[in-house]
Amino acid sequence: MLESCIRKKRQEKEILLMTHIVIGYPSFEDSFQIVKEMVEAGVDLMELQIPFSEPIADGPVILKANQKSLANGSTVQHCVDFAKQVVRSFDIPFLFMTYYNILFKYGIRSFASMMSDIGLHGVIVPDLPPEEGEEYLQAMGEKNLAPIFIFTPNTSDERMKKIAACGNGFIYCVARKGVTGSETTFTSEFHDYLERCRNATTLPLALGFGVKDKADVDFLTGKVDIAVIGSETIRLVDQKGVEAVGDFVRGLR
Amino acid sequence: MDSRGYYNGFGGAFIPEILVSTFEELSKAFQEVKNDPGFWQEYKEIMSSYSCRPTPLTFAGNLTRHFGGARIYIKREDLNHTGAHKANNVMGQGLLVQRMGKKRVIAETGAGQHGVATATMAARFGFECTIYMGEVDVARQRPNVFWMERLGAKVVAVKDGTRILKDAINEAFRDWVTNMDTTHYVLGTACGPHPFPEMVTYFQSIIGKEARKQILSLEGKLPARVYACVGGGSNAMGIFSGFMDDPVELVGVEAGGKGLDSGRHASRLCSKDASIGVAQGYKTYFLQDSDGQMKETHSIAAGLDYVGVSPILSHLKETGRVRFEAATDKEVVEALSLTIRKEGLIPALESSHAFARAYQEAPCLSQQDIIIINQSGRGDKDIFTIADAFSDPGWKEFIIQKAEEYNA
Ligand SMILES: Cc1ncc(COP(=O)(O)O)c(C=O)c1O
Repeated sequence: MLESCIRKKRQEKEILLMTHIVIGYPSFEDSFQIVKEMVEAGVDLMELQIPFSEPIADGPVILKANQKSLANGSTVQHCVDFAKQVVRSFDIPFLFMTYYNILFKYGIRSFASMMSDIGLHGVIVPDLPPEEGEEYLQAMGEKNLAPIFIFTPNTSDERMKKIAACGNGFIYCVARKGVTGSETTFTSEFHDYLERCRNATTLPLALGFGVKDKADVDFLTGKVDIAVIGSETIRLVDQKGVEAVGDFVRGLR
Repeated sequence: MDSRGYYNGFGGAFIPEILVSTFEELSKAFQEVKNDPGFWQEYKEIMSSYSCRPTPLTFAGNLTRHFGGARIYIKREDLNHTGAHKANNVMGQGLLVQRMGKKRVIAETGAGQHGVATATMAARFGFECTIYMGEVDVARQRPNVFWMERLGAKVVAVKDGTRILKDAINEAFRDWVTNMDTTHYVLGTACGPHPFPEMVTYFQSIIGKEARKQILSLEGKLPARVYACVGGGSNAMGIFSGFMDDPVELVGVEAGGKGLDSGRHASRLCSKDASIGVAQGYKTYFLQDSDGQMKETHSIAAGLDYVGVSPILSHLKETGRVRFEAATDKEVVEALSLTIRKEGLIPALESSHAFARAYQEAPCLSQQDIIIINQSGRGDKDIFTIADAFSDPGWKEFIIQKAEEYNA
């Protein structure tokens, strides 16, 4: 179970790091190498994004990575094979991240079975609010997988409770309005928001959107369980190449 | 329809969590205006004083004689301000934005029609305005970009994805998830997450309400068939909704592009290339591959060049209430040419799809039958596209000369 796995790791570390890749970007070989660098640098869990042609919740950096991966010919089956290889090779929990249409076309139940067979722990689907997720929740539940749901600064206390009741593993708290990839300033309003998140659930909290360096991770330590670094590592790979990833991650905490 | 906007399994609201409260607010505001009898009156008044409502229902005597079958009537949405039915939706949403107290509007546009309409509305109501438009469409609809900018809107050329309408919608959503507190997204067609399909249909239903009344007073009976082109489905839903409970056959005409077998079309409801999926916030038929990745689409008409279609129309296809057909680029240009010559009317390329299908069917109906074609927009402002479609030599010469003048 993802939640107990996170709790166990948290006994050893003050804050966990979750990183993200878009599968097949810049290439499948590079993707594998990036995962390797990240795991060896001590990342605690990872999101593997299956690219989608209409990623409405993603900002320009991840959007372009989605497009490039698809343009290179990535298929869902390639991504599944990749995940299988990664899970076999590295001993941390991996999650899928993708948009609902990918699950829908694969078949929700088949998708859950596939995840379970491979040994993935859960999935983040940013365009699936719990109200639309009846079949999804059931399928994930049957396979003991964690459907990761999202809190945002616009989510009311009441709704947070409702969402938390559907979620499992951890709750992904979005730091601010907007899409992935732009800067976040952590203000006093932000403290109130985190407090609201904390009060709404006993699940571990992950925080993402705009987390990019050691200062951000330090700031979040003691406030949340997991810091999520998304677009920043893609930017890094674009600018400095795959080899730069390991040192970057080691410098985060 | 249930409270999450489902029509027999189509529709819904697949939205990022950050927008959930914005959609709740919008749904509430829309329910309020729907239940306020004064609102429709206010809407009708602004549409008659600012646009040209009620738009006429024109008897096409020459075309009727030419085909020798059904009596052909044309609903003149081209006579709206800015030249298309898009004005109806935009002014309706504008009034709603005023009530919600927001100060900025954003919109996607394909043909540029919806963008121009939104920009006029923003100018009139004093809203700030940003329009997202695929780079490909910016190139093929330059005159509309000119007008949007003159009207004070900021036009953003979208360079991601296939660089057409669907990509402009994604970009508009990205703006909205950042600026929802001040901003309303004026979606241009009867697609997207609930309540947009219902809301856009509601504003466009003014077309069908008028058309039904007009045909009954002109002819004393209902038409046998009503034709409308289908991009996202707003003009079709608008005119169809007036005849939904009548014994009238409703025909939606999609973009057949280079032909349904060519793979180069935008036909979601009458080709084998589409399947049910979830994207851009709603469930409907999409042109997508077996993985669920959206395909490239093609149409001579930018406004029909879209991967999805109104969930309400997907529902009406499955129940059989609406029949769907496709018209190819070539058939569309021929129908446009004939309409111009015979009636002196200049339909938009989008609208010409409805004409093309109606012309194939009119001769097979009896002279007692009536058909109505929805002329969703006018073509004369699409002069660049239409001149290209006709490959007009004099026009080309003029453009070359004009370019030389600018280069001088
Ligand atoms: C004149 C005209 N007709 C039709 C359409 C297609 O949209 P809908 O199917 O929503 O009516 C457009 C879209 O831009 C348009 O400009």
